[in-house]
Amino acid sequence: MGGCGSESNAMTKPNPKGEVWIFAEQEDGKLSDVPRELLSKGRELADQLNVKLGCVLLGDKVASLADELIARGADVVYLAEHERLEHYQTNPYSRALCELVAEHEPQIVLFGATSLGRDLAPRCASTLRCGLTADCTDLQIGDHEDKRTEQVFRNLLYQIRPAFGGNIIATIVNTHRWPQMATVREGVMPMAELNGRHKGTTVRAKLDVKPEELALRLIDHHRQPKKVNLKASRIIVSGGAGVGSRDNFKLIWDLAGALGAAAAGSRAAVDSGFIDHDHQVGQTGTTVRPALYIAVGISGAVQHRAGMQESGKIVAINKDPEAPILQIAHYGIVGDLNEVVPRMIKAIRARV
Amino acid sequence: MGYRCVVLAKQVPDTKKVTGKAMKDDGTVNRAALPAIFNPEDLNALEAALEIRDTYGGEVILMTMSIPRAAEILREGLYRGVDRAILITDRKAAGSDTLATGYILSCAVRKLGNFDLVFCGRQAIDGDTAQVGPQLAEKLGITQVTYFEKLESLGNGKARIRRNVGHGWELVEGDLPLLVTVTSEANTPRPPAARRLMKHKSAMAPSEVQQQVAAEMEGQAPEKIEKEVAAQCNALKRRGLLVEQWSLDGLDVDEQWIGLSGSPTKVHRIQSVVLTGGEYKNVSPTEEGVRDLVHELIEDHTIG
Repeated sequence: MGGCGSESNAMTKPNPKGEVWIFAEQEDGKLSDVPRELLSKGRELADQLNVKLGCVLLGDKVASLADELIARGADVVYLAEHERLEHYQTNPYSRALCELVAEHEPQIVLFGATSLGRDLAPRCASTLRCGLTADCTDLQIGDHEDKRTEQVFRNLLYQIRPAFGGNIIATIVNTHRWPQMATVREGVMPMAELNGRHKGTTVRAKLDVKPEELALRLIDHHRQPKKVNLKASRIIVSGGAGVGSRDNFKLIWDLAGALGAAAAGSRAAVDSGFIDHDHQVGQTGTTVRPALYIAVGISGAVQHRAGMQESGKIVAINKDPEAPILQIAHYGIVGDLNEVVPRMIKAIRARV
Repeated sequence: MGYRCVVLAKQVPDTKKVTGKAMKDDGTVNRAALPAIFNPEDLNALEAALEIRDTYGGEVILMTMSIPRAAEILREGLYRGVDRAILITDRKAAGSDTLATGYILSCAVRKLGNFDLVFCGRQAIDGDTAQVGPQLAEKLGITQVTYFEKLESLGNGKARIRRNVGHGWELVEGDLPLLVTVTSEANTPRPPAARRLMKHKSAMAPSEVQQQVAAEMEGQAPEKIEKEVAAQCNALKRRGLLVEQWSLDGLDVDEQWIGLSGSPTKVHRIQSVVLTGGEYKNVSPTEEGVRDLVHELIEDHTIG
C-alpha cells in the first residue's frame, strides 16, 4: 500500500447474495422517467438472480414517491430525506449513496445515463473503487471466463454498450470489485408497468447533511420542460440534411401529421436550423424505438443510427442508393423526397 | 494574481470519420484509416482555460497520458498558447480503465502542487463515458462541476459557473479548487496561431525522439543510439522545444490501482457492428410503389 491517494474505505468484494439496486432519480419531487425504465430491467435481473430489487430514493419530502416505485416492481425502497438534499448536488448525494451501498452491499447498482446519473455514478464508483460502465443499451446476466487464469465467474452483469462512435458493441464485466455499476441510456428499455398489488417495504436511512457538504451554492436555475416527447411516440417521421431548408421541413411535419406521428430531425437538420434541438434523434439527441421510424433525407451516420436502430420498422427515403441508412432500413425508397413524401401523404389519407 | 489551470486531454481516433472508406468489407471499422485527433471537447476545455489566463493572468498546463504519439496534441496545445505541456507515458499504465486513469491523473495533478482549476472535456469520442472527469475529481478530493457552459464570474477564490443540465441550466458557485468538465457548447476553440506553430512545430517529447532515432539507426549498437537520443534531446532542450515527459516512477503511484490489474472493468466481448440488410425491401419511388408500402404497413398494423 502507500502511494498517493490511497486513503479510501472501499467496499469491493463480490456479494452474490446482494440485491439489485436502481437509483431513483427525481427532480422537484417528481420521479423521472428513467427509474421507471430501470425498474423493468432491474426486476428482470433480480428475478434471474433470485434476489430482491431495491431502489435508492434521495431528496427532500420525497417519501410519497416510494409507492410508485413499489407498484412498478421495487421490493425495498431505501429512503434518505434531508432538507439539504432538495436540489441534486454531487457530494452529499454521492456520500448518501455510498453509505447505503457500504451498509447493504448490493451486487448491482444501476443509474440512468442522464446528466445527473452521469455526474453521480462516476463519483460514487470512484469512492467505492468499483467498476462502472457508461451508457449501456442492454444488460444481461451471464458467465465470464478469465482467459489467462481460466477462472470462471458465474452470474455476472453483462454491461452492453456501443463504443467507438457506435461502431462496436462492447460487453463489459466486473469480476472482482463490486458492486457492478452501470448507467443505462434513456429510452432504450420499456417502462415497468404499474401493479397496485405488488408489495414492498420502505427502509428509512438516517442521514445528516452538514451545511459545508453543499460545496456548491445554487444561485439560479432554469428548467425547460421538454416540449416534445419523442420517446413516447409510436411513429416518428424524421428529416435530415437532404430536406434542404426549414421551409421544406413542412413536408416532414405534414407526413407526421397524416400519420399522427412525432416530427424529428437528425443532428444535421438541427444544426442547420430546420428543426429545434428538442426533436433531435441520435447519440447527442434522444434515443427512440418507435414501432415505425421514417427517415427522410437522412444519410444515417453512426451517431444517428445509434439513436434509432432499435425501431420496429424503418422506412428510409433517400436519393442516394449508397446512403448507410438503407443498410438498416426494412424498406428503402431511393428517390426524390419532394416527390415521394407527397405521394406517401396522399396514400395515407386515401386509406383514412 | 492569476490562476493556475490544468487541462487534461486525450488523443482519440476520429470516430466521426467512419464513412464507407473506413469500413472493411466485412462491415467492421478499419481503425488505421481514421486520423488521430485532439478530442473535440478537450479543445473546449483548453479554450476555457486559455480564456481565463488571457483575462486574469496565470498559467495553463496541458497534460495527456498516452503512448508517445499523443505528443501531437501537446504540440497542438502549444500552438494555441499553453504555457507548459506534459506527456505522461508509461507501459505500466496500459490497460487502465476510467477508474485507474482517473487515479493516475490525480497523482500527476498532485505532483504539480497547487492549482486553482482542472479542466477536462465532458467526454472523449472514442469511449463516450464522461467518467474520467468526475473520477479524477473524487480522487483529488475536490468538487466537480460537470457540463460547464459559461464562466459567469471568477474572483475572491470563487468561480460562478453556468452548467447545462440537459433540459435547462444551473448557475452554481463554488470555492476553488474545482474540477470542471466542458461541453462543446461552451466556446469556439481558437485555431492554432501561425507564429506559435512555426516556433513549436519541431517540439518533441523524449520518447518520440527515441522512436525516431531508433528507426533511423536501426541495427546499430544500443549505446550509440542512446547517445544520439541524448544529444538530440539536449539540442531540443536548449531551444526550449523538448516536451516534458513523465513516467509513473516519479508520481508516487500505488501500483495495485493502475493498469489492467488495477481496473475493475474487464472486456468480456467486443462485437463489430456489421451493417446487414436483413429483411430489406426496395420500394419503388412511384405512386404505386409508395401506395403498396403504405398498404403493407396498414395490413401489419404498423400504421394504426
